[in-house]
Amino acid sequence: MAETIIYMENVTVNFSGFKALKEVSFYVDRGELRFLIGPNGAGKTTLLDVICGKVKPEKGRVIFGDSLDICRLSEYRIARAGISRKFQTPSVFSNLTVFENMEIALKKNTGVLSSLLHSLNSADTDRIFSVLKKVGLKEKSNQKAGFLSHGEKQWLELAMTIMQEPKLLLVDEPVAGMTGRERIRTGEILMEIANDRSVIVVEHDMNFVQRFARKVTVLHEGQIICEGSFDRVKNDPVVIDVYLGRGGEVDSHALN
Amino acid sequence: MKRNWSYIIAAIALLLLPLVLSDFRLNLLGKFLTFAIVAVAIDLIWGYTGILSLGHGVFFSLGAYCMGMYLKLQAEELPDFMMWSGLEEVPWFWKPFQHFWFALPMAIIIPAVFAMLIGIPTFRAGIRGVYFSILTQALALVVSIFFIGQQPYTGGTNGITNFQDILGYSLSEASTMRGLYIITVVVLIIIFLLSRWLVSTKTGRVLIAIRDGENRLKFLGYNTSVFKVGVFALSAAIAGLAGALFVPQVGIISPSMMGILPSVEMAIWVAVGGRGTLSGAVIGTLVVNFAKSYLSETFPDVWLYFLGALFIGVVLFFPQGIVGVFEKISKRRKAQHCLVAGEEQV
Repeated sequence: MAETIIYMENVTVNFSGFKALKEVSFYVDRGELRFLIGPNGAGKTTLLDVICGKVKPEKGRVIFGDSLDICRLSEYRIARAGISRKFQTPSVFSNLTVFENMEIALKKNTGVLSSLLHSLNSADTDRIFSVLKKVGLKEKSNQKAGFLSHGEKQWLELAMTIMQEPKLLLVDEPVAGMTGRERIRTGEILMEIANDRSVIVVEHDMNFVQRFARKVTVLHEGQIICEGSFDRVKNDPVVIDVYLGRGGEVDSHALN
Repeated sequence: MKRNWSYIIAAIALLLLPLVLSDFRLNLLGKFLTFAIVAVAIDLIWGYTGILSLGHGVFFSLGAYCMGMYLKLQAEELPDFMMWSGLEEVPWFWKPFQHFWFALPMAIIIPAVFAMLIGIPTFRAGIRGVYFSILTQALALVVSIFFIGQQPYTGGTNGITNFQDILGYSLSEASTMRGLYIITVVVLIIIFLLSRWLVSTKTGRVLIAIRDGENRLKFLGYNTSVFKVGVFALSAAIAGLAGALFVPQVGIISPSMMGILPSVEMAIWVAVGGRGTLSGAVIGTLVVNFAKSYLSETFPDVWLYFLGALFIGVVLFFPQGIVGVFEKISKRRKAQHCLVAGEEQV
């Protein structure tokens, strides 16, 4: 029996007149890997912003887990409750080493006093190294994060979100700007993360979606127009119209 | 390792200087070392956390006024400026300051509490970057105008001066001055080591993370505003302590020390020495202040232009400051060394 991890009801987001989301109702089950697609300006990123508390909706409810009302919480409290966000551009702390970045991401000693007085125990260190190994950065643990390549920074950030042990992970365009091999590696990392938690991925790259998606939600102009398996979605006449009508933002053979 | 030795040598040299320097120069150096303590405080919040405060003159002066009022109440039962303003007795809030062991802790606590009162609403509202700097600059202006306006309680524009002794030791004795100098060196060493320890803990890495990407940190579950208020208050407390050491050595504290100009100057010391290095803060303070006193003695008319040129030059050509330049040189040397060694092996 699947329970929902995130439940959105009639959510409207208003950016001074422009409605980025219009009465969107949306839910994701526990343990699900969900892909969000849609043309530019469809509201995909805004949807993630609402879930992680960056944007407060004008109307509607967002319930996390059994009964936690997201709309009333500040960003760091939402993060502590178990929702993690991976932003589109890599944002790691460039003046800290890879290992120190991971230490910051460890869900422990996040207060002023506790961070002052406690240091890592060997179990923490082991865990940091095992996660770094998973994303292939173990050898670079002493390097400053600012010197990593674009792809490596993205993996480091994914590793940091794994350290957070989130119940729900939000990922925004993880493979943008990556080479083919890096994309496959990223997809594998995401699949592995999704083994024991829920993940929502916003993605433009249809090859990537086709390869890794189980269930897809299509957004268009702030509304959900289709939901289901990739095969179902790509044959949906409305979806084809939205994508192809836009003049090939996604090339047609990617959809067919 | 090598660096630790140079710190130890520098500390010993500072402690031995009273044997060779004239009383005048020693007194000058003592004053600059109190500035160096403020610079370390500013480096914590600016160099490490990335928050530029242009109001540290206020915290420095609050500490200085606490100590200044103690010294004044030692010298005169009713301070002269209170008498001229028609007060018949010392106001109740100044009375406890006649005790040294009340005045000294207050010189640290009052700036810290004041910084918290400013910091909590501003950091929680997400005010940062240049907006925070402008806000602290306005604070420096407002507080200095307030102190000028409250003549009966603060001594107005003239501030507080004409002190006689501290804990029974006469301030006109050279030996008292030497003692104050030694205390200043010891306090600087303690503050320096404390700051170095702080930035070596996870808290230090969180501060750097705030500088590099505060939003990211929020989404990792950190309440960044608590860290920012904390480092702001700590920095203000250290500045207050420096002010308390400044007053007995210089013999006066007036609103001219808390305005915008001295507050900006304090940030310049750190920039010249090199942000985020702690040792740079100390070196920058000493270099700028000695340059200032040398230039103002030698070229009284144009020294301010030299100072301005120095600042612009450093910011344009050496954004990492003096320490950054030295690190670059030593790195290059090391690289050459490796190259030479490598060739020999071949």
